[in-house]
Amino acid sequence: MEFIDYYKVLELDKSASTADIKKAYRKLARKYHPDLNPNDKSAQARFQQINEANEVLSDPEKRKKYDQYGKDWQHADQFEQAKQQQGQQRGQQRGGGGFGGGQQYSGNFDDDTFSEFFEQMFGGGARTRGAGRRPQYKGQDFNAELQLNLRDVYTSQKQTLTINGKNIRLTIPAGVENGQTIRIKGHGGPGIQGGPKGDLLITFKILNNTDFKREKENLYKTVEVDFYTAILGGEITVDTFKGKVKLQVKPETQPGTQIKLKGKGFPKYKKEGQFGDLYITYQIKMPTNLGEKEKELFRELQKLRS
Amino acid sequence: MNLDDLIATEELCIRYKVEHSFIRSLFESGLIEIVTIEQQEYVHFDMVSEFEKMHRLHYELDINLEGLEAIKHLLEQLKKLQTENLQLRNRLNLYE
Repeated sequence: MEFIDYYKVLELDKSASTADIKKAYRKLARKYHPDLNPNDKSAQARFQQINEANEVLSDPEKRKKYDQYGKDWQHADQFEQAKQQQGQQRGQQRGGGGFGGGQQYSGNFDDDTFSEFFEQMFGGGARTRGAGRRPQYKGQDFNAELQLNLRDVYTSQKQTLTINGKNIRLTIPAGVENGQTIRIKGHGGPGIQGGPKGDLLITFKILNNTDFKREKENLYKTVEVDFYTAILGGEITVDTFKGKVKLQVKPETQPGTQIKLKGKGFPKYKKEGQFGDLYITYQIKMPTNLGEKEKELFRELQKLRS
Repeated sequence: MNLDDLIATEELCIRYKVEHSFIRSLFESGLIEIVTIEQQEYVHFDMVSEFEKMHRLHYELDINLEGLEAIKHLLEQLKKLQTENLQLRNRLNLYE
């Protein structure tokens, strides 16, 4: 666990006044607030650091403790014990939740947002943020990433996901795209005071370990055709997602010729029974290691063409 | 529209400790949608997260209504560009 320089996080020096801290916090919060940086995990992480730094530096008691023990956070407990003893000697009573120092911004992100360093030094009870403070009605949205192979998403399939210890059964529609996010209503955090649950947002990462390329519902594949079949025409067999298909190669087929196999592509998302197309590009394989006889025949062919 | 999916604006005012005028202003600026049924104004649950976002930006970051409008517009553009970027990245795989 590393020491976190909260002054550095807020771009301040140690002599910063309360007003300086507030100003710096505000400026950085406006820059990195998650509402203003959707899908930007680095901004979210930075915002959490900023929040945490403010949590400490804007509270005189925490700041004092941090300044005194920051780098030697391991001694923080001793500090706490000494402080408690001092408090008892004075016969003072201290109420819970006394750390209400600075203003805290609430982003739309998971609640577990304090670093290990912070937890060690100030303890979990030092949090001033959370559901009690932030007005909420609908439950929190949960985010998850699901990795699947291209072949997996060729057909709709049922999956069981474990989110926060709960098993959620869901049907993933065929044709889901790489990077696509689907919202599953009511599988997020619990609502407050009878409000609806939040949603579960699943982002798909589709790995393609096939020799097909995919663009939306269309598939692309390059197929080798031998020189003689390309010149004279013939039949080849091609693998598709729907099984093997026999193709008639026209005589005098040129390299790079593309043909379309209608309906042999990928399923269209949420359009049952509808498929994209498969585009086959012919790559002509030239003969190598020609024998003398072959060369002679090619020369004859050349003469015929000139 | 199912009434169970709606939340009365008055209830939002209580829960989020805001004036009704704030919700009204968001509606008039096109930032949220309000449904009126028998003279009672409601916000659809799906709109609540948008309302929460505007609430946070306004009360926590001191952004005024004009700023919220500009932010909403820019966030929509950002989302569009992110989608386009994703589609182009997926398309780029064709040439890799």
